[in-house]
Amino acid sequence: MNTDIRTGKVIGVNGNMAAVEFEKNVTQNEVAYVCAGRERLKSEVIRIRGSRAELQVFEDTTGIKIGDAVEFTGELLSVQIGPGLLGQIFDGLQNPLPQLAERHGFFLKRGAYLNALDEKKTWEFTPAVRPGDKVRAGDKLGTVPEKIFRHWIMVPFALQGEWEVVDIVGKGNYTIATTVAMLKDAAGRIHAVTMVQTWPVKIAIKAYAQKLKPTQPLVTKLRIIDTLVPVAIGGTFCTPGPFGAGKTVLQHLLSRHAEVDIVIVAACGERAGEVVEILEEFPHLVDPRTNRSLMERTIIICNTSSMPVAARESSVYTGVTLAEYYRQMGLNVLLLADSTSRWAQAMREMSGRLEEIPGEEAFPAYLESRIANFYERAGLVKLRDGSKGSITIGGAVSPAGGNFEEPVTQATLKVVGAFHGLSRDRANARKYPSVDPLDSWSKYTSFIDGDKVRKGVALLKKSHSVNQMMKVVGEEGISTHEFVDYLKGDFLDAVYLQQNAFDKTDEATSADRQRHVYDLIEGIMDKEFSFENKDTARKFFQQLRQIFITWNSADFQSETFRQKEQEIRHKISNGAV
Amino acid sequence: MQKVYTKIFQIAGDVITVEADDVGYRELAEVRILRGVSLAQVIRLDGKKVSLQVLAGSRGISTDDQVRFLKRPMQVSYSGNLLGRVFNGSGGPRDHGPALTENLIDIGGPSVNPAKRIVPKNMIRTGIPMIDVFNSLVESQKLPIFSIAGEPYNELLARIALQAEVDLIILGGMGLKYDDYLFFRDTLDQHGSLSRSILFIHTAADPTVECLLVPDMCLAVAEQFALEGKRVLVLLTDMTNFSDALKEVAITMEQIPSNRGYPGDLYSQLAARYEKAVDFHGAGSITILAVTTMPGDDVTHPVPDNTGYITEGQFYLRGGHIEPFGSLSRLKQQVNGKTRSDHRAIMDRMIQLFADYRETLEKRSMGFQMSAWDEKLLRYGRRFEEELMDLSVNIPLEQALDRGWEILSAIFDSAETGMKDSLIQEYWPKQMEERK
Repeated sequence: MNTDIRTGKVIGVNGNMAAVEFEKNVTQNEVAYVCAGRERLKSEVIRIRGSRAELQVFEDTTGIKIGDAVEFTGELLSVQIGPGLLGQIFDGLQNPLPQLAERHGFFLKRGAYLNALDEKKTWEFTPAVRPGDKVRAGDKLGTVPEKIFRHWIMVPFALQGEWEVVDIVGKGNYTIATTVAMLKDAAGRIHAVTMVQTWPVKIAIKAYAQKLKPTQPLVTKLRIIDTLVPVAIGGTFCTPGPFGAGKTVLQHLLSRHAEVDIVIVAACGERAGEVVEILEEFPHLVDPRTNRSLMERTIIICNTSSMPVAARESSVYTGVTLAEYYRQMGLNVLLLADSTSRWAQAMREMSGRLEEIPGEEAFPAYLESRIANFYERAGLVKLRDGSKGSITIGGAVSPAGGNFEEPVTQATLKVVGAFHGLSRDRANARKYPSVDPLDSWSKYTSFIDGDKVRKGVALLKKSHSVNQMMKVVGEEGISTHEFVDYLKGDFLDAVYLQQNAFDKTDEATSADRQRHVYDLIEGIMDKEFSFENKDTARKFFQQLRQIFITWNSADFQSETFRQKEQEIRHKISNGAV
Repeated sequence: MQKVYTKIFQIAGDVITVEADDVGYRELAEVRILRGVSLAQVIRLDGKKVSLQVLAGSRGISTDDQVRFLKRPMQVSYSGNLLGRVFNGSGGPRDHGPALTENLIDIGGPSVNPAKRIVPKNMIRTGIPMIDVFNSLVESQKLPIFSIAGEPYNELLARIALQAEVDLIILGGMGLKYDDYLFFRDTLDQHGSLSRSILFIHTAADPTVECLLVPDMCLAVAEQFALEGKRVLVLLTDMTNFSDALKEVAITMEQIPSNRGYPGDLYSQLAARYEKAVDFHGAGSITILAVTTMPGDDVTHPVPDNTGYITEGQFYLRGGHIEPFGSLSRLKQQVNGKTRSDHRAIMDRMIQLFADYRETLEKRSMGFQMSAWDEKLLRYGRRFEEELMDLSVNIPLEQALDRGWEILSAIFDSAETGMKDSLIQEYWPKQMEERK
């Protein structure tokens, strides 16, 4: 290892970019510290030209002077991975925010960094290998209990080739920095393994056997998504929408209700208040699958919009790297990134300061490949021991002006498996979730029978076109038959696709209940009603909707639920007001 | 002894460049010109070349004028003495009071640690049903008022300021018409609020760049008061002028523009200001209401568009009233569940019906036959507009909710409203039902 410190001197400052003149050698993307007064500001090398390197500084650059010293570390921007990540709140560089607050008070002090994991805490380690066993990177050496999970301590992902276990500690309590195993490779080199390892965030962890095609649907408990535009376990999806369309509420609902083991929320360049809501809410919400607090399965990475811009990019990568770590343990992880547009804008800002030739809307030319690379880190994988783990990535996109033609949305649509487009019209009419049922698409299959889903979509289309027609020829210009089709589609939308996020029953619908309810609605779709005129038809559906909404807030298979269902069935078979 | 530089070798726009040593990024300097002294701020360092934006503008600056660096970033005085005072965009007095120099604090300080924020829980009542019922304003919220020139946005701002229960009002004017400045000052004075107000005013007649520091000064002072436990309301008008000043400097610095000439970091610049709105854990709060005029009434214009993504909702002020569509308070759910059990239902259903009314209006304007349902909607919409939407309506929330039920029951059958049975039983006015 190179022990002499390589240094440089600041020769220019422009926004969050610092230009540095260096003497020896510099590695692209290595971490450097700018020494401004007594503060050491973390930065990353992003371009090298001759003896001049440009750094993006992860902090406010006020007060940096020409001639200030810069120290290069030789390490790429990395995160610590090991037991103790769950339930934590980190900034984009993996500094634990509550601990920073304890130490520095209300404000984020510049140049203050802390370790992500508690070095004093002990974990009860149970070995899973014996001396003499042959292991490779990612193989399991032992476990510690972390919250509700069995956290596997694995062979460091950076080790190459086959290693032999020379020594492994017995069952007992150890801190993360304790050596728990000694490994030897073919050349006889010894490597000491602790419970913690570091991994560069921009490089994917690939210590698995193979990547599989995602097929199994992920139950999100949001009816419109599960039924019409489903997401697969290990798949990717994006939710673009103009402001006020409910992107963040939708992501919060997913983070609460999706049937996965671990949820990682990467709040990237968005409002601090939204993160605070999760922080206050999650510890009190119970995960119905485990009966434990939701916080126990959640990690929050937050780089809010007023925090330094350069760390936005790293927050997304930090999130996905932690997700990959837990996937290696055979867990299903959901990563929600809100919003990838802010990350793209951070790239644009930096690209502008580097005076690169701009692409469309001044975004850099490498925008598409960066976005593709990020989403490609999702996936369902088979691990070497035969078990499976997955990362599902959902990215919110905030298109400028709500226009989906802009570069970030377009680059994202190319690489995702499902598109949940949010519509301003639906949001304005208070139809939530405001996912547009006709524009959105998914390449995955739903747990509801495909034919039934297609029937529903056909009805929605028909209803939409009748509605359009009515705008031109008026209600009197269409037949009662067509009008009933319109009402049926409107009904399906109102009682099934829309969900009341503030009703504790209606906000999440289990897969069983969705099948049950959808079957009943299918009956309505199929039935030929005969109404005297349009007004009676409208009245009939209004009344039906009324009962349905009460039905939606009754617990599944409860007394009220059965009673209301009877009422609905009765009303349908009567077919009259 | 501080060194004085007398060789300015570039003047472009309001940015001057000198060669100097030992200058910090964002440091402040004084430029001594014929007609006085102006502050300037370092915005780029490149080797020995130091670029500064001159707050008073570059007009009349000569290449041999004196530049003296102050070894500190922009600061503002903070104490109780600020109350009732009016300052200009450089922090100097605009009234006839003395300049304040004690207890200086840096402006544009670091971001609040999210772990030290709390979820806001207090509603700010305004007496305006379109806000209280449909989009409740919440303490520590940041909300813009999207509007266009000619709308009474400053009047609305002043009315909310006077009715809101806060300890302190800080007004930041950017490119404010002189008349509007006087309007704010006099209104606050008439209602006895001037003594709990601080005004930082940059008028349309002042140099453009000078408005760039107005939000930061307002918010730095607000932050100090909030840390002392005060509930502070910051009013900013107009953020579009602020953004245009940013654009001007960015173009002068030959930055690559991203959208309609605005710099690529417009979002971050706006967010850095709006995110100062906060409810401190164990201290006071800052609430921000900011006017954003939309050029050409276009919400997709970069300034309102970026603002909308940052703020916690927005009020559209159009045609003299707050538009029910598009207007949104994202934090309303934090408070409207605790007011009255029918608040949310009334809010949702009345807006849905109002949307149907607008559709019917459209149909009618195209000459279609009106069904019985359409007729009901038309009657409903008219009453909604007159009795709830009109800006002159000034009633408490509870009364506004009752009025909502009254309108609904006078026009619709209870089933037509799509409300839950339990609410209908509790709130549906009985006598109305009998009368029908």
